[in-house]
Amino acid sequence: MESLGSIITYWVIALAIVVFSILAVTSRKILRSATYLLFALFATAAVYFKLDYEFLGGVQIAVYAGGIVVMVVFAILLTTKPGENSALLVSRSRIRGLVAGLAALVIGAISLLTRCELFVSQPAMSNPDMKLIGSTLMGSGHGQYLLPFEAVSILLLACIIGGVVVARKR
Amino acid sequence: MEITAIYYLIPSLIMFACGVYGFITRRNMIAMLISLELMLNSVDLNFVVFNRFLFPGQLDGMFFTLFAIAIAAAETALAIAILVNVFRANNDIDVRDICKMKF
Amino acid sequence: MVTSAILILTIPLLMFLFLGLAGKYLPHKWAGILGTLGMGVTMVIAYTVAFEYFFSGNQSFIDAAGNRLQHVVFNQDWLNFYDRLTIRIGFLLDPISAMMLVVITTISFMVHLYSNGYMRDHHGVWETGFQRFYAFLSLFSFSMLGLVVATNIFQMYIFWELVGASSYLLIGFYYTKPSAVSASKKAFIVTRFADLGFLIGILVLSFYVGFYGEGNITDAFTFTSLTSVPVEGIADTYQVSEGTASMIKNLFTGSAAPLFMGASVLTWALVLIFMGGMGKSAMMPLHIWLPDAMEGPTPVSALIHAATMVVAGVYLVARLFPLYLMETAALDIVTVVGALTALYAAMVACTQIDIKRVLAFSTISQIAFMMVSLGVTRIDHSVALGHEVHEGLGYMASMFHLFTHAMFKALLFLGAGALIHAIGSNDYTAMHGLRKYMPITHITFLIGCLAIAGIIPFAGFFSKDEILTACFGHSTVWAIWMTVVAGLTAFYMFRLYFLIFWWKEHKIPEGHHAPHDQPWTMSLPLIILAVVSCFAGFVPFGSLVTWNGHPITGSGFFTNLENLNWGVAAISLTVAVVAILVAMKMYKEENPLPARMRAALPRLWDWCHHRFYWDELYQFITHRIIFGLICKPIAWFDRHIIDGTMDAFAAVTNKASYAIRGLQSGNVHMYVWFYLIGALLLAAVTMICVL
Repeated sequence: MESLGSIITYWVIALAIVVFSILAVTSRKILRSATYLLFALFATAAVYFKLDYEFLGGVQIAVYAGGIVVMVVFAILLTTKPGENSALLVSRSRIRGLVAGLAALVIGAISLLTRCELFVSQPAMSNPDMKLIGSTLMGSGHGQYLLPFEAVSILLLACIIGGVVVARKR
Repeated sequence: MEITAIYYLIPSLIMFACGVYGFITRRNMIAMLISLELMLNSVDLNFVVFNRFLFPGQLDGMFFTLFAIAIAAAETALAIAILVNVFRANNDIDVRDICKMKF
Repeated sequence: MVTSAILILTIPLLMFLFLGLAGKYLPHKWAGILGTLGMGVTMVIAYTVAFEYFFSGNQSFIDAAGNRLQHVVFNQDWLNFYDRLTIRIGFLLDPISAMMLVVITTISFMVHLYSNGYMRDHHGVWETGFQRFYAFLSLFSFSMLGLVVATNIFQMYIFWELVGASSYLLIGFYYTKPSAVSASKKAFIVTRFADLGFLIGILVLSFYVGFYGEGNITDAFTFTSLTSVPVEGIADTYQVSEGTASMIKNLFTGSAAPLFMGASVLTWALVLIFMGGMGKSAMMPLHIWLPDAMEGPTPVSALIHAATMVVAGVYLVARLFPLYLMETAALDIVTVVGALTALYAAMVACTQIDIKRVLAFSTISQIAFMMVSLGVTRIDHSVALGHEVHEGLGYMASMFHLFTHAMFKALLFLGAGALIHAIGSNDYTAMHGLRKYMPITHITFLIGCLAIAGIIPFAGFFSKDEILTACFGHSTVWAIWMTVVAGLTAFYMFRLYFLIFWWKEHKIPEGHHAPHDQPWTMSLPLIILAVVSCFAGFVPFGSLVTWNGHPITGSGFFTNLENLNWGVAAISLTVAVVAILVAMKMYKEENPLPARMRAALPRLWDWCHHRFYWDELYQFITHRIIFGLICKPIAWFDRHIIDGTMDAFAAVTNKASYAIRGLQSGNVHMYVWFYLIGALLLAAVTMICVL
């Protein structure tokens, strides 16, 4: 049985995820949209914390909320004229979006809810300690992630160079 | 009240559906990017939840999320670089204007 | 000393590589000198080797009973297919290969020397591609030498193709001249077609040896194991299975021998191999390339198309002679083809105007003599005009004639080259009465003519006489036939001689110098070859070159005279002298007799002059029948059915892509929409299936 605090926390987080997601995609002001995204990401980070993945939550905040959103905001400021709103949507394209979104929702919900019995386990939360994370990330043995780590390093490097090359003025 | 996996998966699913909706309806490419991030994030969330509730002894889901975040960062950076370039060319980042490659 | 024999092959090869790669950077003069020197050294080594082989009395070369042995200088594995088939490259020394070494290096050296003078104009300006010419000459010499010293039929085939290629290159030396280009193509295609027969023959033999017999294919095609000559010097290089020849004999001629269309497989294989020889040696009906090959420079004609390469066919039959002896039906075919060709070529030679063409047809005719001589060789006792014929005389006579013919025909060609060089035309009507202007050429050419006509004591007399003796020993019909051809030979050669040097006074075209003899580089080979043609007949061939190494005559200088069959000699001499007198009567002074004869036999003259329309026949067969009836339908099928199918695929793809290109709208939202709907549908389907 969960403690009341845990339940309240859960509801706050769940509500935040749902509300900010919806706002992020419906707001007509692009900068606000980015801000709602930030909140949605924070809420996700909160889920990680709640599930006792503190390291992951930290990464989420640092990289996603701190890095990506800031980059998005920069891009917005670079590309948008002040006071400009998103154009009003024509009904057809909104309907199309609604159909796709609702279909995804319905199909996902049905497949989840019909398998509720799979999700009854209630394991004890335990925070993986940093030493384990570090050795798993940098180890080359079975179930360890040195190769993907290096691959991602190279990807990031390529991305930096690519970003510079693409965005640079000719 | 038992907070089981499903309690986390449903908000994640809603987040994903929002991403889909936004990606299809938005015309501003940055807004599309934001929708994309939402979808990606919901998937990350799923990984973590599955890891925690179904395979609590392992860390695979968590690491997958970790790498996904790194890749998402890379992808966003590149996408924004392209956007800036598009903006230079079109003075606009409406996705409908980028259709020079059609037949 | 014999071990240095490998240099005989390597020097020309290296010279070819050097002149071919670096020739462009050499002065013309030095390219010529280097090429000639290289060939000279090769000649000296070849002479040493041949001398050692024939006269040293070494145990490796001659056994106690005086039989000449085959000696393998080296024999290197080259391609190892499997334990029963290995292709080796080696150097075989036996009577015929040693003899051929002498012939090839001598003629080649003479031609190398001669070309220094021939390949430039009257002002001493070198022809373009002079270095290339020498490179090709070296390549040819290398290939031909490799061919004659081959230890097995595979090596022979490889070098056989190499001489074909170098012949092609040299005929087409003036590649800016369309006629030279087409002549080189013709030569290559015709000989290549003939080589197809050669190849099939080899394959048939190897198939039967490998498939039906338990024998080793490698050994079956190693010449040392084919002959009945005792083999010396083999054991240390590799083991020859005993009695390979008898194995082949049992395989192909026993009661269980495989038959194909009524003839034994061995006969078929030998006839097919002979077909390769027919192509190279220009036997009818594959002779059509040789007259056209005269488009090449004259020294090339002398070397390749008179003395060496064209006798490769004769050499091939001589090499495989033990096999041919097993199957005399194949030898009969050789005889018939040779005899027909000899008469045909002699008749055509009587009517040609181009002096090189006359010599070309004369070459064909003389090679046919050698073929006939091989064809009538049997190992039994026979009698010709009351005298006993030596066993295997025809084989010896054939090789003898090959030797003497190489000398005097090279002489005639080089003389013709000197004339062409002086006059600037191949046409004898531009020559007439040159005897006063070019005395050296005149005398040497006369010696060549006497030699080929078979006048005692010149070289051709002895060899031709022995061929006729062998013919008489085998069959009187062929003997008479060949005697007639010998008479025709004397007639057309002296027709040519008188028309060039007599007939009427030479008319010097205005603005031209009087024709004169050539520089020493050209005269010297003529004189040397003329001297050789005078005395080559006295070489005691019977003691040197025989089919089984067993000498049939003594080795003294007058042996050939002593062993003459005087009955045959009298007949052939009479015929030759009469023919020369007729030629003299007709052509020495300008007179209307030739024209009257031509008018009397117009049909015959036309046929001879047009070479019995063989070229037209080939033209008809290739163009009308092969191109028209076979190639055209195939081309139509290719163009319309095959290409049409491909075009239809392309057109359908094109149409389809035009039809659906509207989907490529450039509207990213639509793409995403379709993608998502598709993905969701898949998810839904999966879900429904799993539920």
